Amino acid sequence: METIVKKRIKQVLKGDQDAYAEVVEIYKDKVFQICYRMLGNRHEAEDIAQEAFLRAYVNIASFNIDLKFSTWLYRIATNLCIDRIRKKKPDYYLDAEVAGTDGLNMYSHIASDARLPEDDVESLELQETIQREISKLPEKYRSVIVLKYIEELSLNEISETLDLPLGTVKTRIHRGREALRNQLRYV
Amino acid sequence: MKCPAEMVVYMHEYLDEEISAEHEKELRAHLQNCGECQTHFHELKKTIALVQSTSHIQAPENFTANVMAKLPKEKRKVGVQRWFRHHPLLTAASLFLVLMMGSVASSWDQDHQLSVSKQPNLVVQNDKVIVPEGEVVKGDVVVKNGDLEIQGEIEGNVTVINGQQYMASAGKVTGEIEEVDAIFEWLWYHIKTAAKDAVNVFETGETDKEK
Ligand SMILES: [Zn+2]
Repeated sequence: METIVKKRIKQVLKGDQDAYAEVVEIYKDKVFQICYRMLGNRHEAEDIAQEAFLRAYVNIASFNIDLKFSTWLYRIATNLCIDRIRKKKPDYYLDAEVAGTDGLNMYSHIASDARLPEDDVESLELQETIQREISKLPEKYRSVIVLKYIEELSLNEISETLDLPLGTVKTRIHRGREALRNQLRYV
Repeated sequence: MKCPAEMVVYMHEYLDEEISAEHEKELRAHLQNCGECQTHFHELKKTIALVQSTSHIQAPENFTANVMAKLPKEKRKVGVQRWFRHHPLLTAASLFLVLMMGSVASSWDQDHQLSVSKQPNLVVQNDKVIVPEGEVVKGDVVVKNGDLEIQGEIEGNVTVINGQQYMASAGKVTGEIEEVDAIFEWLWYHIKTAAKDAVNVFETGETDKEK
């Protein structure tokens, strides 16, 4: 896969625009998925995903061909999503720490349902609920959670994609998980 | 009951698959005796399962076509390459012209030195070549990057490149006088001499193709 992509990128670098179509075709679902989970809205997600491919094309000369193209592309997409979120969210949301994320005093007294709702998860309603709760996360947690659990990237890949130290990625994933736990435990 | 603060940290280490054997042992031991931590741990795992279970969605229809339509206009380079591919003969001709212009231009740059054909009775003064009065110069005279002053007689043609010729009243030239004083004429001068070779090149090329 990476080999085909790199071959096409070399063609694009030589100025063959048509070769880019195949690159878009390969990554469109992944990029759209990131944008959709980050933004929680199909229309905006399409807008930003297209913008990501456009930016990648325009800046293709700055892509280091020895690195993974997906990492670079996902970084562009994630950054665009974060910009979009920052533009539309009221300020109070930006730096809000999620209550109880330090993990010390957040023991729940509510008995949990031991069953994982695998069947129910198929239902549209539950999907929407989960997406809504992901959308409520501050963007710095949202991006790591989306890359980790929806794109299934490793912690190292997330660190490269977001250009963040590994330690920061871990902290954000921990806090993101705690925040989501608080939001989803009654589901 | 007050739980050790590091238990939640260990849970996350576990979820990241980075827990040490020692921490895992401690965590397991604690979970067996603490319902609150059990619940917490369970909720974390359930949360992950929920997020992972969101079905994978696909990009909208025509996504690729829409992206391609938005790309900036193709760089000229490729347009030219495609054009070349479709017009091989013209390509060869263009290539020839480019190569020739290149080599001529560089030779133009290289020789700004005065040079003159080698007749013994020509006199060179600074940037000027003089045919002294009463002298008869035999053969064609070529002066490059300098002027030619003709006081005597030249039996032959005169070519002055990038310079001028002055004919004194007593001066005489039996052949033609030509001044080449601009790079374009210099180029044309070269093209005329190279044209014959070029025709040969193309004829060879065509012959090769037919084989
Ligand atoms: Zn405990």
